[in-house]
Order: sequence, then C-alpha cells, then structure tokens
Amino acid sequence: MADMTAPTTGPTTDMSEWQGSLDELRGLVSDRAMTGETMLLNMGPHHPSTHGVLRLLLELDGEEIVSCLPDVGFLHTGIEKNIEDKTYEKGVTLTDRMDYLAPMSNNMAFNLAIEKLVDLDVPPRAQAIRVICLELTRIQSHLVWLATHAIDMGAMSVFLYCFRERERILDMFEMLSGQRMMGSYFRPGGVWRDLRPEFLPTLEEFLADFPGKIEDYEKLLTSNPLWLDRTQGVGVIEPDVALAWGVSGPSLRGSGVNWDIRKAMPYSGYENYEFNVPLGEHGDIYDRYIIRIQEMRESLKIIHQAVDNLPDGPFRSENRKFVPPPRTELGQSMEAVIHHFKLWTEGFSAPDEEVFVAIESPRGEIGCYLHGTGGTKPRKVRFKTPSFMHIQAIPVMSEGHMIADLVGVIGSVDIVLGDCDR
Amino acid sequence: MTTIAEPLDPVVALKGAFPDAVKDTKTFRDELTIIIEPQDVQPVLRHLRDTPGLIYNFLSDISPVDYYPDYDRPGRFGVSYHLYSMLYNRRVRVKTFVDEDEPVVPTVTEIWPGANWLEREAHDMMGIVFDGHPDLRRLLMPADWDGHPHRRDYPLGYETIQFSFNVDEIMKHKPFAKS
Repeated sequence: MADMTAPTTGPTTDMSEWQGSLDELRGLVSDRAMTGETMLLNMGPHHPSTHGVLRLLLELDGEEIVSCLPDVGFLHTGIEKNIEDKTYEKGVTLTDRMDYLAPMSNNMAFNLAIEKLVDLDVPPRAQAIRVICLELTRIQSHLVWLATHAIDMGAMSVFLYCFRERERILDMFEMLSGQRMMGSYFRPGGVWRDLRPEFLPTLEEFLADFPGKIEDYEKLLTSNPLWLDRTQGVGVIEPDVALAWGVSGPSLRGSGVNWDIRKAMPYSGYENYEFNVPLGEHGDIYDRYIIRIQEMRESLKIIHQAVDNLPDGPFRSENRKFVPPPRTELGQSMEAVIHHFKLWTEGFSAPDEEVFVAIESPRGEIGCYLHGTGGTKPRKVRFKTPSFMHIQAIPVMSEGHMIADLVGVIGSVDIVLGDCDR
Repeated sequence: MTTIAEPLDPVVALKGAFPDAVKDTKTFRDELTIIIEPQDVQPVLRHLRDTPGLIYNFLSDISPVDYYPDYDRPGRFGVSYHLYSMLYNRRVRVKTFVDEDEPVVPTVTEIWPGANWLEREAHDMMGIVFDGHPDLRRLLMPADWDGHPHRRDYPLGYETIQFSFNVDEIMKHKPFAKS
C-alpha cells in the first residue's frame, strides 16, 4: 500500500516502469512532443462526443491543438469480406449495418451497383418509392446529426425534440419493412414489398407538420448568440482543400462547391424532381449546419412531389431471372417454383466485370465498387464511404483550434463510425 | 469570365501525352476503364487532373481487387482509381495490375492528400504496397495483425454450428463458457 501522504515530487518508480516508447510517433507528431514541451492526450475511443468509437491522439500546446491523429477500425466488422461469401440479394442485409443512421442509402448504393452489373430494370413505382425512402432517411439522419451535434455544443433540448420527430420516421420505416432501422427494404430490381395502405396517410401527416418543427429547431439555434460564437469561423476548410481531401456531401457544399450527385448524375429518377442544392460560403461549422437544415426542407419538397406523382404498377422488376416470383404464383406455375428455388438457393449470376456507382447519402458520396466473378457471388465489394474521408480531414479542420472546438468540428462533418470502418 | 476548354477524350489525350502508357481500354455499361502500368500511375493521374479539357479533380476511390486463384489478367491484383471531373461531370477508372510477388504501386498522396487513408486501407486489407507513402501503417486492423483479410485466399472464419453430437468437441475450445 503506497503512502498517500508522501509528497509527490517528480516521477515515482511506478512511472519509470512504463515500457512504451514515443518512437513510433516520430514524424507523426511534432518534435516538441518528444521532449515533453507539448502534451499528448488521448481522446476516445469511448468518448460521448466522438460519435461512436473514434480515437484521436491529440498533441496540445496548452489548449491549442498542434496535431491530431485519428485512429479508426474499432468498429470494423468485415462487411465487405462477408458479402463476398453471399449471393447478391443476401448481401443487401449486410449493407444496412454499415451506416446505421442511413441504412437505405447503403442499400441504394449496393442495389444500384448490382442492377448496373447485371443490367436489371427498376419499374417507375419502385424508383419513386425509393426516392421517398431515401429522402426520409436523409431527414432522419440529419435529425440525429442535429441532435448529437447540438448536445456536443451544450444545447440539450434540441436533442430531445429531434429524436421525437425521428421516431415518427422510424415508425414509417417499420410500416414499410417491419424493421425500424435495418429494413433491407431495397432489393435488386425494386423494393421488398409495396407501400402499406397506412403508410401514405402517416406520411402526409408528417409532411404537414414537420416544417413547423424545423422552424422550432432553428428558433433554438440559428440566431442563438452562444451557437454563433461556437460555430462561426470555426473549423474552416477551403473548397480546394476540401476537394483534395475527398470531402463530399453537405460538408463540401458548406465550402461553396456545388456538387450534389442527385443533380450531377441523377439516379432513381432524381432528374424528375425539382429541388435546390443549398450552398455555404465560409466553409465553417455554421455553414454546414445551415446547409443540413435547408436540406431537410428540400427533402420535404422532393417527398411531396414523389407522393403527388406516385406511379402505379409493379414495385419490383418482373424479370424472373433476377427477381423471385411472389408466393401467390408458386401454387400455379411450375416455372415460378423453379425460379423460386433457383434464386433462393443459388442466386443469380453476374458477369466477371466491374462497375462503380456513387450516390448522395446524407453524409456525402457513397461509392460502391462491385466486381462479379461470372458466378452467383461477388469477387469484390468495396464501399467508399463519406465518413471515412471526413474523419481523415478532421485534422485539417481542427489544427490550430482550441480543443473545445474539436468537438464541434467532429460533429459538423457528421461522421458515423460504422460507415467509416465497415 | 474565363472560358472553359472543350472536353477531351481521356484516351486520346493520354495516348498523345504518353504514347506507351495506355495498355488497354475497356467500356462496360458506359464506364470507361483505362489500363496502365504501375510505373505510369503518377504521371498519368497528374495529367488527368491538371490538363485543360480533362480536369479529373476528384479522387472518388482507390479500389483494389484480388483475382486469386485463376486469373487471365496481367497480374493477381488490380488497383482501380475512380476519378471524377466536376467540371465535365464524368467519371473514369484508371486501372493497373500488379503481381503477387511484388504488389507495389507508386503513391498518389502527392496528387491528392486524401488518398492517404485510401492507400493505407488497400495496404491493410489487400497487401498492396504504395511506394513513397508517408505513413503506410495498418488502418482498420490492429497493428500486430497477420495477413491481409480481403485477399481471396484469406479464410472468412466462422463459428462451428453446435449440435448435440459435436457439443463436447466445441466446448473443449471454450474453457470459460458455462454449459
């Protein structure tokens, strides 16, 4: 038992038994850290404001960040490797689990890649349903972002309001797929099942009063002097720097770069909808905040148009070489039974070729690189995820700032560690 | 008002600038793939980024792929650079093949700093070595991990399904489980 009353002067013997070495950090942190002039501080991986399991090694001069080394991989679950061992349709289930705040966006990227690889059609009704779901996903993802970002900066009540509204969207997802979050609702060639009769009335109700809720969030934050002080001029990233670091989505548009894949390379019929792409000009935390708030309004506009012009017809492709027949057909058609067994046991084949598709997720560009083998399982699936690139860019935005601002920077680029580590 | 140069065909432009670099081109589902040798990666990508009429300014992804076990391609590993031009709104894939014995590709971190983690991940998962990379440590896997999990000869790993006939055998390997 150590003598707790003894004066502590200099390092004790216990400290000198530390076997580690700073050598492996040489070249990564400044030389001042080696002499102890600056302080090395570990942040995370279990820190509430790192939005998951992100570890940051900070080098601090007083409160100022000299360098910042993100360390990721704590949530690596081998999703890409696992999909290689599954048929294409079964792989969809795993993509939900990457970016768990926007599962439908991951579904979309993977399904688009499959549809491109095997050249499968998607009926207009399925495309419109997908757009509705994608935009609802965007809203609910932005709600979680706003909730957690605000709570990081000390605004508690926003958190509760945002989660209240998000719950209504999750209820709608449950109507569609039977699951609140991991629905795997999008399937190659369309969606799993048609809209339930109670879905559209619930959606209309939500569309009617959600604009008022956005006003409420804005009343709490947009011109709140505390919020402005913490966010304006902080975490600035210049447009050319952001592009060089691969930043995309609202974080890139906050710097004023007009690039939204829904506009630039429309997929799933986005070219038929009218909406604006909000842009910032300063590239700071505040601009990224305003853009996401505006994007929720634009998403509402898109959903309105999609609901008003929802086409009739099949909700999934009728191409029986890729899409299993409905259960009702199995009793009457031998052909249907064959397709059913073939597709649920072996799956469909895809050529030994490669495709790359990118979509605009709530966080930015999700790219899916899919390489077939000619057989029923993919050779390689790779997801380029926005959180991955954004975490990499956190040091660029935070170096030279105070440590308290780092929390704001992490929140403002909207990272999800499941999305980063896959 | 600056004038924007007319878009150039990337294959023609590359063949003009580097007569020996372009080994092959391929178009599948309207996606253009330009196949080059590993040693040409840096000059070709820099040319694609900086030449007026091309301006592929955004590096979307670096995607490695493993063709193990039977490959009729120039090498076991393929490394694809997915570039996007915001100005002309088009994509291109620049692909290079490296062999199993010497999977070395020059780094592009000097062209796009954001390639840093993409290359680290490709190194970690597929074992591609990026020559000249400033900090080629493992990224997702632990630092002391053995092997490269995304290679096709790396086993997936699984838990044996427990039945009454093999339960004793399985429990032997789990000394801390309570049966």
